[in-house]
Amino acid sequence: MISRLTHIIIAAALLTAQPVFAALNILACEPEWGALAKELGGDKISVYVATNALQDPHYIEARPSLIARARSADLVVCTGAELEVGWMPLVQTQSGNPKIQAGQAGYFEAARYVVKLEVPQQVDRAQGDVHPAGNPHVLLSPYNIEKIATALAERMVQIDGSNAAYYQARTKDFLERWRRAIARWEKEAAPLKGMPIVVYHKNLSYLINWLGMREIGQLEPKPGLPPTTAHLSDLLTRLAKDPAKAVVPVAYNDPRAAEWLAERAKIPVVTLPYTVGGNEKAKDLFSLYDDTLSRLLAAAK
Amino acid sequence: MLRIRSIGAVIALVLAIPLPAFAQDAELAKIREEIRQMKEVYEQRIQALEKRLAEAETKAGKAEQSAASATTATTAAANRTGENAFNPAISLVLQGTYARTSQDPNSYHITGFMPSGGEVGPPKRSFGLAETELAIAANIDPYFRGVAIASLAPEGGAAVEEAYFQTLALPQGFTLKGGRFFSGIGYLNEQHQHAWDFQDAPLPYKAFLGTQLKQDGVQLKWIAPTDLFVELGAELSSGDKFPGNDRNKNGIGGSSIFGHIGGDIGASYAWRTGLSYLKTSAQNRGYQDTDSFGNAVTNAFTGDARLWVADAVLKWAPNGNATSTNFKLQGEYFRFKQDGLLTYNAAQSASFDADQSGWYLQGIWQFMPRWRAGYRYDQLRYGTVNNGLVNNTSGLTADNFPLLANYSPSRNTLMFDWSATEFSRIRLQLAQDKSRLGATDNQIFVQYLYSLGAHGAHKF
Repeated sequence: MISRLTHIIIAAALLTAQPVFAALNILACEPEWGALAKELGGDKISVYVATNALQDPHYIEARPSLIARARSADLVVCTGAELEVGWMPLVQTQSGNPKIQAGQAGYFEAARYVVKLEVPQQVDRAQGDVHPAGNPHVLLSPYNIEKIATALAERMVQIDGSNAAYYQARTKDFLERWRRAIARWEKEAAPLKGMPIVVYHKNLSYLINWLGMREIGQLEPKPGLPPTTAHLSDLLTRLAKDPAKAVVPVAYNDPRAAEWLAERAKIPVVTLPYTVGGNEKAKDLFSLYDDTLSRLLAAAK
Repeated sequence: MLRIRSIGAVIALVLAIPLPAFAQDAELAKIREEIRQMKEVYEQRIQALEKRLAEAETKAGKAEQSAASATTATTAAANRTGENAFNPAISLVLQGTYARTSQDPNSYHITGFMPSGGEVGPPKRSFGLAETELAIAANIDPYFRGVAIASLAPEGGAAVEEAYFQTLALPQGFTLKGGRFFSGIGYLNEQHQHAWDFQDAPLPYKAFLGTQLKQDGVQLKWIAPTDLFVELGAELSSGDKFPGNDRNKNGIGGSSIFGHIGGDIGASYAWRTGLSYLKTSAQNRGYQDTDSFGNAVTNAFTGDARLWVADAVLKWAPNGNATSTNFKLQGEYFRFKQDGLLTYNAAQSASFDADQSGWYLQGIWQFMPRWRAGYRYDQLRYGTVNNGLVNNTSGLTADNFPLLANYSPSRNTLMFDWSATEFSRIRLQLAQDKSRLGATDNQIFVQYLYSLGAHGAHKF
């Protein structure tokens, strides 16, 4: 029985192990990296995105579908900095794919290529679900995207050298468009400088840092803990002295706590898309930033 | 810098030299002119040098800046140096219970089924510590990963729960695992007890696998290169755990194969289902029973054991975001056959065969962040048992085999748990356990589960 099964397995492996014909098979952990890979890889790559913008990237399960996609991936593009620590290691070891294991060229961690904010001096879970490597939500600083795009393009060239010129040309074009967009965003976003806001989780720190906004508090009492009434009441008292312009959760956050606070503090709730697909307008990285800024600007008036 | 200063000093010196009073006007004018020219030349040179200095300073500043950013970028890597750098991920699970049971936990047995020898009974009454699990895992090199999980028993002593290597670099979707590990059969078997949704295992796991099948052996698994999740696996083991036993025999003592498929339905649903088959055998696998007078007897089974498992799990979360609410439906069906000889109290033997089954179905609902409620129904079916010892010539009756009495146990279990974070959980479990013929055990358990150390990843 066993040996017959082994034969069947080997036969099936030989039959199905034909190379997949899209040159580069990419599994992106989050939508932003899927969108970036498409900008750089065009039609020479195929991308599967493991999570959508309505899912909290901290809490994903190593679903069978992810293991199946990881099995045939040439490149896995994740955030890193322990954002996917609860599921990606399991997907990697279960996938039976040597190319995408940690330390191999087929495993790309975006957060490695940027200077991270909020690197804790002391790592203790009494502080909540802290990330020892620093804040992993790096996608909302356009300068981070610029650095990550360059690094990702290099990695794609390394893995799929036959399309090197194509990737390089697309990357050059993307970076030119991106730099022009940065100049435009920085001009448009001038009124946001100093704007005080309340966030849900510390997932907007890079945006706040980029635009010189001011974070007054978080709805979470500690990173990763759900908002509590006691903490929200404290926050409300603080807002009476130091008012915020808006409560700013993102698409995957439970809206109730933000609504509770906003109603009592008499300020608007501005729900940001956070990543590509977080609302109808955020279709790619450019429109993600466009929409994020226009929502904040509307609240800043 | 030094050069500029010395040039300055020279000029100062030149200017300060008192001219001889007797010098003639023409000569004086000539000297003055020479000095003026010298001054001009030196001023030009000083200006050029100052310019060069300023340039050098800007460059140095830039270098410093980039050095600073390089430092921040490498801080994370620099922190992990020295002998500690390669320390593996270490985590610890703390758990314990407060138990109240209407029946004596020491008398626990599952009527109608040969005891599996595992720790199948409820926890001890009142406060009790459960096993403390210490897990250590790391990549060994680019080719292998190593995992060891020790369980520290509350009464003292440690046991190796799992200790295995796993390949990372086999091509074509293959993974080889070797050592001691939980078998890949069924759904719940591979999960650690602290990841279960109830305090204890479903009845078929208790009756047919001694709670959980962990074995010493090797496992080869293959993942198909398809978008649909397809996993096929085969295991060879020593077969020394129930339903097998240690036979002091060369070769393979037990083998199993399993296949699982799974995928997503839209963004909100994920599923997995599969079939498994286990074959092993036993030689004088003993168990304690009582005869018709209530005296203790030891019976033993010798023969083959085969187990089929069908498993399915379906998970739902709105848009796949499980943080606020989610639901999990899970069930497994077991068919268990034994065929061989039964020896009664080391005296008489006769043919014995049994065809028994069991199943469970459970649903877990997280109705708000941190809070979950769940219900489980599990049942065993006595099926067909042909005990050759019970006949007119042996002088034995069914009363001599009270553990094998014709009875189909069942249980209803309700649970509520609260998880402050993903690392801590407190659970209340209420059960009406009809494992024993003629005795309903009403159980109340309060259980705590804490995990500290490295952030573990739980299986689907």
